[in-house]
Amino acid sequence: MPQDPSLIYLDYSATTPVDERVLQAMLPWLSERFGNPASRSHAWGWDAEEAVERARGQVAGLIHADPREIVWTSGATESDNLAIKGAAHFHAGRGRHIVTVRTEHKAVLDPCLELERQGFDITWLDVDANGLVDPAALAAVLRPDTILVSAMLVNNEIGVVQDIAALAALCRERGILFHTDAAQATGKLPIDVRALGVDLMSLSAHKTYGPKGVGALYVRRKPRVRLEAQIHGGGHERGLRSGTLPTHQIVGMGEAFALAGELMDAEIPRIWALRDRLWDGLRDLPDVYLNGDPDRRVAHTLNISVAHVEGEALLMSVPELAVSSGSACTSASLEPSHVLRALGRSDTLAHSSLRLTLGRYTTRDEVDRAVRLLRAQIGRLRELSPLWEMRQQGTLGAWVEQCR
Amino acid sequence: MPVTGPSYGPQVLDHYLHPRNVGSFDAGDPRVGTALVGSPELGQILKLQIRLEGATIESACFRAFGSGEAIAAGSLATEWLRGRDLDQALAIGSQDIVQALGLAPDKLHCALLAQDAIRAAVADYTDKHSVPEAHHGNHADTTGR
Repeated sequence: MPQDPSLIYLDYSATTPVDERVLQAMLPWLSERFGNPASRSHAWGWDAEEAVERARGQVAGLIHADPREIVWTSGATESDNLAIKGAAHFHAGRGRHIVTVRTEHKAVLDPCLELERQGFDITWLDVDANGLVDPAALAAVLRPDTILVSAMLVNNEIGVVQDIAALAALCRERGILFHTDAAQATGKLPIDVRALGVDLMSLSAHKTYGPKGVGALYVRRKPRVRLEAQIHGGGHERGLRSGTLPTHQIVGMGEAFALAGELMDAEIPRIWALRDRLWDGLRDLPDVYLNGDPDRRVAHTLNISVAHVEGEALLMSVPELAVSSGSACTSASLEPSHVLRALGRSDTLAHSSLRLTLGRYTTRDEVDRAVRLLRAQIGRLRELSPLWEMRQQGTLGAWVEQCR
Repeated sequence: MPVTGPSYGPQVLDHYLHPRNVGSFDAGDPRVGTALVGSPELGQILKLQIRLEGATIESACFRAFGSGEAIAAGSLATEWLRGRDLDQALAIGSQDIVQALGLAPDKLHCALLAQDAIRAAVADYTDKHSVPEAHHGNHADTTGR
């Protein structure tokens, strides 16, 4: 099915294919070079260890970190758990207050909820209508017992870029640890951990043309950030994350991040142009809205609300198109996107959202076909919609008011 | 191997791609009963109308905002309502709709939406034809244009 040329993949924020160059780099480490990087006593081990350390340098290079600051994990979710729970548990003696943002990924929100159950006090920061955190709002909630702030660099649903440097500076001057989830950021904008001033950064391979099942956590060395390990058993990764290192996955992540660094300068403007073309193809329709800040964003994400049409229904009508909806029922929960709700979007607009994300292999032809498919189905579904009928009759506003 | 692929069956897809009886009747017509159920908060809204000829529903129509299953449930309801009297209409239950469309358990709410709409449309029609002095419940929250 994925070979079918009529299918259009515009869901790169969900995952990306492994780049062919990455795949080729990974393969030997599954067969003839199969050694355990922790085997210090023979050539197979030394070979694998060298590969792991080379990849550590490649991952560190993309974010301008020292290789010794990279801890391998199974992915960004584990990195978020290690950063947040690890910091909270280690520093609980200093305080039990943690701050995060309502638009974070569930991999940050759920560990915070778990800490809340354990007796930590969590502040959930609001964002403005464009999805951005006001640094003054963060400053206002920081307390003497605040030990950690977590705010993502690039939002997975709407693609806005948070002003992490400003937020982290507020924490640095108060001795509060700052964690950022950068799973959606690598390869989409230049990243420099020192310029951002963060202590902890979560990274994922599979959002950046690497394999699934591997990620990393940047843990700053100077001054050293202390964490409590969440997985025990063998003391790998300087005790921070036990478990045999998956050499092939790690080599893949390293290669993917090295490629991202090389390709970024050419790739970003190309994807900006395609994304603009996609938006230009849809924005003239009545009652179609862009979600998230129009300027402070990465090139790759277009999140729109197509009013009067439910997002999931729209997806069902374009089976050729692989995109995500923030509407109810696509996920396990019946709630519409918590991100769009945090932006203050109305219930119907949150239920009417569509996330189109572009990537390395997106073509102009695919964008044009997606526009044609979407326009046709938006028209058809609006003819079916009682909201559209009320809008045409001028009674929609009064009815929505009455529903409150 | 677990079953993979779309969570909706062919019956849903058929109604969704070829919805029956899309449209509107004049809500002011005394022969018409109108329902507007669901809410923006839930992300599903169903407008269902019945038109009677004597004691029989001679035609029904709908519009829906919601998932494909909600649209299919509205479409199916309009087919089933035609030719029934009001008591027979009220006998249509959400489980009948679940079975006919092969709805997944997490889409039960779409069938309930259609059942609510049928009951509200019948209630609206009945209210129009009740003795003016008699006091009936206020259906303003479930009926509309």
